[in-house]
Amino acid sequence: MSMGVEQMQEKVTAVLDKYRRDKGSLVSILQDTQSEIGYLAREALMEVSQGLDVPLSQVYSVATFFKAFSLKPRGRHLVNVCLGTACHVRGAVKVLETIEREAGIKSGETDEELRFSLETVNCVGACALGPIVIIDGKYSGDMKIDKVKALLENYR
Amino acid sequence: MNRLGSLAELEKLRKSIVSKKDPKKPCVIICGGTGCLALAAAEVISAFNQEVEAQGLVSKVDIRVTGCPGFCERGPLVVVEPENIFYQRVKPSDVAEIVSETVGNNKVVERLLYVDPETGQRIVHESEIPFYVKQKRLLLGNNSLIDPENIEDYLALGGYSALSKVLSDMSPEEIIEEVKKSGLRGRGGGGFPAGRKWETCRNAEGDIKYVICNCDEGDPGAFMDRSLMEGNPHSVLEGMLIGAYAIGSSQGYIYVRNEYPLAVMNAETAVKQAEEYGFLGENILGSGFDFTVRINRGGGAFVCGESTALMASLEGKVGEPRAKYVHTSEKGLWEMPTNLNNVETWANVPLIINQGADWYTKIGTENSKGTKIFSLVGKVNNTGLVEAPMGMTLREIVYGIGGGIPGGKQFKAVQTGGPSGGCIPESMLDLPVDFDELTRVGSMMGSGGMIVMDEGNCMVDIARYFISFLEGESCGKCLPCREGLKRMNQILTDITEGRGKEGDIELLEDLSAMLVDSSLCALGTSAPNPVLTTIRYFRDEYEAHVRDKRCPAGVCKELITYSGLVLVDSLYFFTAANFAAAIVSRLTFSVSFPLNKSSTSI
Repeated sequence: MSMGVEQMQEKVTAVLDKYRRDKGSLVSILQDTQSEIGYLAREALMEVSQGLDVPLSQVYSVATFFKAFSLKPRGRHLVNVCLGTACHVRGAVKVLETIEREAGIKSGETDEELRFSLETVNCVGACALGPIVIIDGKYSGDMKIDKVKALLENYR
Repeated sequence: MNRLGSLAELEKLRKSIVSKKDPKKPCVIICGGTGCLALAAAEVISAFNQEVEAQGLVSKVDIRVTGCPGFCERGPLVVVEPENIFYQRVKPSDVAEIVSETVGNNKVVERLLYVDPETGQRIVHESEIPFYVKQKRLLLGNNSLIDPENIEDYLALGGYSALSKVLSDMSPEEIIEEVKKSGLRGRGGGGFPAGRKWETCRNAEGDIKYVICNCDEGDPGAFMDRSLMEGNPHSVLEGMLIGAYAIGSSQGYIYVRNEYPLAVMNAETAVKQAEEYGFLGENILGSGFDFTVRINRGGGAFVCGESTALMASLEGKVGEPRAKYVHTSEKGLWEMPTNLNNVETWANVPLIINQGADWYTKIGTENSKGTKIFSLVGKVNNTGLVEAPMGMTLREIVYGIGGGIPGGKQFKAVQTGGPSGGCIPESMLDLPVDFDELTRVGSMMGSGGMIVMDEGNCMVDIARYFISFLEGESCGKCLPCREGLKRMNQILTDITEGRGKEGDIELLEDLSAMLVDSSLCALGTSAPNPVLTTIRYFRDEYEAHVRDKRCPAGVCKELITYSGLVLVDSLYFFTAANFAAAIVSRLTFSVSFPLNKSSTSI
């Protein structure tokens, strides 16, 4: 799923136009850019910097501050494990460890075949149904260690 | 749809919407909030759509997908009107029967009814469910009546009538007086009097003023704002409109955290429809008042729930707070006077304007008026959202509404206020929930998270969890928070892993005092609260970890000891390789010689 530099630049230009090249919209611009390209590639960030007339260092500063952004390519399936307090109290850590073992990667990493990217998130607001695992935007509540393998097998 | 050009047109539209509603027509109400969606509510919804069509009932029954009514433990939730029949834990395979029996034949499907654990009785009607009855659901009660994607549902309930009242009958000063009189205090955690904030902002110098809705609900374990924004976004918009009119602002922002995609979507739909109908934009309802709203998403930073950090991120900068010698109500977003309030605070405003401050002040305590929505989660039977009048005791909430601790376990503590709050022990369960009462015992109301813990939770582990969370979320700008949290995390980790030393508890207290005194923002100054309250109320647990290398709750795995089982274990080791491997990977064996207190791991 790798995109050529020109295609990336086109996508960034479209995003910049949508936000009328407003410097204050930098965070939103980066969010849309990441949605379009899959991650914040260096070429994309350079295009944002030039298009907005904002120093590249500031663009990087914002891109590395917010957890939602990834500077590396991500896997086909984004696995999010909630580690909010309510989920923690119900054993979310064990669920995370099981997923790490099954997927072969630690939280914050992507596997070599670009199948899964594993992230943790601090509360998605479905606290009554914890522990929660979200894969590709689909929520699975009441997650248990013995349900993990079957869940991951749905995603190739 | 033509934009409504006057208050009279609004009332005419409202009458026409209400007249078209037939209260006798069957309606299936399904919760489509994030919580129920996590339990496959989407499949239940599509099953209903299919089944109603298959049984030829499309014109005879409405299906309404709503926001969260709060009884999350029992989701997916379905209510069939007009008989008000309440079904819980509904599966897609139950749907056909509900449609044919309840919708078609007015018969109840017994097995899907809620059984009251206290009486053993099945309860048929939603209005009799104890979990709901004991609450005062001024805000949440409307969620079941509204499809958040349809502004007309909100109008049918009287939505935007507070705005009409304000635009026709009240001056900005009168509005501010009313909000001040109501005693409304910020629901996001600060508890600052909203009316006073509005007044400061109105009186601040400058022609351009901003109004912000903080939906960055970052406290892990809290989802009140999510449910309000998902379920009734217009109530928030109406509050913002009234506030903007009172303050003199024509531009508003709703900052929704990135992790709430459904809330973002529903807020966007609400803004679009409000614009279509003429509640946003220029010359609203012919009053000459202009107001537009932009929606921004957060980037996954807890610190952006802090008002100055939020504003920095709206300006395209890194979400770092600044010192608040100058309040944001005087110089905020783009250095302009800015009034920021939490979602729940805004949602209370139409209520106060419609019913009056006098009515509002009758609810709650002396210094904490109105209701507060709490997310009651953790080791409690009825997990979900609870809207209680201020002044209700913690015991009434945890036991009366929450149904107590599952599995017959013993209550240990309840954490209020998220990572900025503290753990309250059993001895204080009769404390009334009130801004000042909770602060008095070392905790705080915070945004409303209420996490119940039982005998199986280790308070040192809980303190470590919160500090570790905050360390990750610290923006890094100020030294006390950046270095202090890091050091506290190291000490707490050492304690939970058996390396605690004499003096560690006192060192934690020292570091806490330093953070409270010198951190730049509330993330740092309130970070020590979980540590200080757990030390204050559960010091013996800390001492057991440090001195005896023992975790009384049996949670800290490096401290779990098995004595006298060495022989038996080696048998397991040779005969059941998988079982042994599982044990070995999870536990540390400790051989209990009197002289040797260290753990050897295999």
